[in-house]
Amino acid sequence: MKTLIFRSIAPYLTALVLLFSAFVTLRGHNEPGGGFIGGLLAASAFALYGIAFGVPEARRAMWFHPMSVAGTGLLLSAISGLPSFFRDTPYLTGVWTTAPLFHFDVATIILFDIGVYLVVAGAMTSIALALEDSGEG
Amino acid sequence: MEAVFSLLVGLFFAAGIYLMLSKAIVRILLGIVVFGNAVNLLIFAAGRIMREVPPVMAPDMMQLTGQTANPLPQALILTAIVISFSFFAFLLVLTFRTYQEVGTDDTVKLRVAEPEGEVLPPMGY
Amino acid sequence: MAGPIDITGAMITTATPAGDWLAIVPIALPIIAGASLLMLRKRLHWQAPIAVATLALVSLATMALFVRVWTSGTVVMTMGRWLPPFGISFTVDVLGALFACTASLVALACGVAAVQSIERPARRYGYFPFLLLTSVGVNGAFLTGDIFNMYVWFEVFLISSFGLLVVGSTRAQLDGTLKYGVLNLIGTTLFLIATGYLYGVLGTLNMADIVRKVPQLDGAPLMTLAALYLTAFAMKAAAFPVQAWLPAAYHTPNVVTSAFFGGVLTKVGVYALLRVLVLLFPMQLAGLSGVMAWIAAVTMVLGALGALAQSDIRRMVGFLVISGVGVMLSGLAIGTGPALAGGIFYALHSMVALTAFYLLAGFIADRAGSASLHVLGGLSSVPLLTGVAFILMLCIAGLPPGSGLWPKIMVVRAALEAQHGWLTAAILVSSLLTIITLGRFFLLTVWRPAVADAVLAEGKRSSWPGPMLALTAVALLMGLYPEPFVQAASRAADGLLDPAAYVQAVFGGQN
Repeated sequence: MKTLIFRSIAPYLTALVLLFSAFVTLRGHNEPGGGFIGGLLAASAFALYGIAFGVPEARRAMWFHPMSVAGTGLLLSAISGLPSFFRDTPYLTGVWTTAPLFHFDVATIILFDIGVYLVVAGAMTSIALALEDSGEG
Repeated sequence: MEAVFSLLVGLFFAAGIYLMLSKAIVRILLGIVVFGNAVNLLIFAAGRIMREVPPVMAPDMMQLTGQTANPLPQALILTAIVISFSFFAFLLVLTFRTYQEVGTDDTVKLRVAEPEGEVLPPMGY
Repeated sequence: MAGPIDITGAMITTATPAGDWLAIVPIALPIIAGASLLMLRKRLHWQAPIAVATLALVSLATMALFVRVWTSGTVVMTMGRWLPPFGISFTVDVLGALFACTASLVALACGVAAVQSIERPARRYGYFPFLLLTSVGVNGAFLTGDIFNMYVWFEVFLISSFGLLVVGSTRAQLDGTLKYGVLNLIGTTLFLIATGYLYGVLGTLNMADIVRKVPQLDGAPLMTLAALYLTAFAMKAAAFPVQAWLPAAYHTPNVVTSAFFGGVLTKVGVYALLRVLVLLFPMQLAGLSGVMAWIAAVTMVLGALGALAQSDIRRMVGFLVISGVGVMLSGLAIGTGPALAGGIFYALHSMVALTAFYLLAGFIADRAGSASLHVLGGLSSVPLLTGVAFILMLCIAGLPPGSGLWPKIMVVRAALEAQHGWLTAAILVSSLLTIITLGRFFLLTVWRPAVADAVLAEGKRSSWPGPMLALTAVALLMGLYPEPFVQAASRAADGLLDPAAYVQAVFGGQN
């Protein structure tokens, strides 16, 4: 897929979809949306980039290895359950505090959601790029 | 509505199992995909199909009012879809690699790990 | 938000004792460590130490968990403090803690063995994160109290086990992994189908809740559910007639992987059978008892016959794993307390002894440069291997003072008491066949003088025998001093047969 139109539009489309994936993830905090669907959007953005410019270029654009991204997400999700230990509540109970200076509510739930986002984005990108790779080889 | 779904699930199961009885691995994989979707529909029907009202509460309410869709089967299906999708992707890559290395996707000829015509172990020395 | 909201109807409001967190440590800790290792995929020299340290901590945690469950009863932790059955409960009874503890020890031994035996390319590929995640899945399946959650843990260890199996990507591995993958995926899909029906019938997925609701249902298709679960878990446990994937795959990967899988993964299937059939569907299990007895008998005898026909020692062990599953299943088929206890004890013995035997097979193959009984010989010049081979032979064949003896006696006695004459005969026949198999193995590899064209590969770096020796010592301990293990297995079986305490622990005073 090396057409001029596709290659010209792909970077903008990728950026737009990535932005939208972040929006959907954050929206999922209180409304329909969430890390899972956001992660899928992000993965499709990278897959799109890979189709337009080839897999090596997509890997370079991602900077981190997709599996490292997935690992980071898994770590975030797993540790987001730990603060509830200090509240005498079971694992994965949501803990809310207000950031002292900004009067801004902070929750562990969003950490979990971002973790899910990264796991899905990383794992799905890794699979998509592997399939695109083997398709060409 | 459940009756229609039951028929559909049955059809999916039949198609999936038929495909899985094939010798070609690619068909088996397609069979697994159909099979997996049959299961998803099954869970969906098992959770009772209701009005398509999302189970979302207004901010000032403490309880759901009226009949809404059952959210649990959807959560289960979402999990199952993710899992079956990643399995399918993995097995697809694996099948492709195997085809590259062994040169066949015929399960009858795929006997690298368990070669034919092995001799029995020695009876003594 | 308008004022404080009364949440007592929906959420747990009592404080969670810090000790209950032990239920989550065997999951959370390896996930965190595995995820960190995925992030640090370039730091190859960090992988092994972090993985081994994590597995050691997990072993300690499961031991502490076992002590806690033993002294103060079933430990429950409900995620996100939503009241059960809505929140996912981790419910750890004696059975779960016992299996988790043994599996974690075996995983630790395999992790230590992997330090030397896993080469750099496999580390770069992510061997240690996969090992950790597999052990997460296994522990999760043992500790969870929610049936759908159990399905998820099955998938977790299944997909990480694919990763472990295919490391190296030789032709035989690709072939074996493909068969393993497809058949196991069908098995877990059956599990999911059964769970879908279960939810349709009962409207709940929490095991304690299912225990409460099953007796209230009359005329529900519970037998179908039990049969579906039996098929699904028999597939995971490699019972006849759905055992074909195990001997096709388990001899292909690195021997440490084989050891871990052969020891632990089939026992997850056995555990699930115990948990689901005995705890959730006891009436239906009684109805299925005849079928189970046939399955058990054929699995045992066929496994032993298969082992007898193999010249490759690792494939031989694969069939011995299957034969052992048959003994555990006959405990289930008989269904009385002592029989179940025997089956559980046999599962513990099998985890330890067969993992050690796989490691031994790898050791012999390293040393002699071949794993074929046609070529091996002259190992009597290596006293360490001879000793380990002798002890493990006694353990697996069920000869005194090996660890296989006592559980087999328990099962045989229970079978006789329950008038299962031919099942007893099948156990004894399969034991005889196993003795012949292992006797011949010992005869050919140890006593036979070295075959001329097989030179002992002295120059080759041989792996560290520590993990194998440790596991062998544990197996011998089980045989010499079986009393605590028998007690633990009996209490685990009692907990399954009388689930009142289990339900009480999850739901507390409320109904």
